[in-house]
Amino acid sequence: MDCISVREEDFVVQEEYDQLCQYPGESGAVVCFSGLVRELGVTDQTIAMEIEHYPGMTEKSLKAIIGQARQRWPLSQVRMIHRVGRLKTGDQIVFVGVSSQHRDAAFDACRFLMDYLKTEAPFWKKEITAEGDIWVEANEKDTTAREKWQVD
Amino acid sequence: MKILFFAALRETLGESVELEVSLPLTVSELRQALAETLPEQAPLFEPARTLSAVNQTICQGATLINTGDEVAFFPPVTGG
Repeated sequence: MDCISVREEDFVVQEEYDQLCQYPGESGAVVCFSGLVRELGVTDQTIAMEIEHYPGMTEKSLKAIIGQARQRWPLSQVRMIHRVGRLKTGDQIVFVGVSSQHRDAAFDACRFLMDYLKTEAPFWKKEITAEGDIWVEANEKDTTAREKWQVD
Repeated sequence: MKILFFAALRETLGESVELEVSLPLTVSELRQALAETLPEQAPLFEPARTLSAVNQTICQGATLINTGDEVAFFPPVTGG
């Protein structure tokens, strides 16, 4: 039922949403999130972004993250997509979609999945700029966001 | 044993390195062995700077590595 995809190809949010809704009666709430490549990154001259990953471990870690979400909330379906390779400003990078009976679980689980993905899934971004390539540094804010979930 | 590197670490050290070690050993011991083998790069192997994974699961220093295990080191992740 869950969909985990790590690939270069783009995704279409409508198609993912349609998949999340495919079991009528099981989903009163559907929450979708998509992350895009921002204009301003490490420098304000980002030409492109390259995303590297650890093949095998990426899928495994996303599966583990979804497993944790399912332990905390009653969920119907989860779909997570993360693109790798070369992307440009405005391109879609990541999609997280969750369906559940009620909205509390859908909203919270979607946020949880993103907060964990940003601190645990083995992807690394490199900004390609006119002045050279720069690896993006991990953000403390992401660690803090993920730690909030550990209070429970 | 073969150790995999990713991202900025891969650019500095290459995709992988072969190290003579006697198994089993802990991740902490492996970090030390790497620092001793590549002393100019020693700061890269500190736990604060570099994460470790054994068999594709992030692990801490006390984790034991056995024959056949896949071991990787990489910077803090920046996906999403």
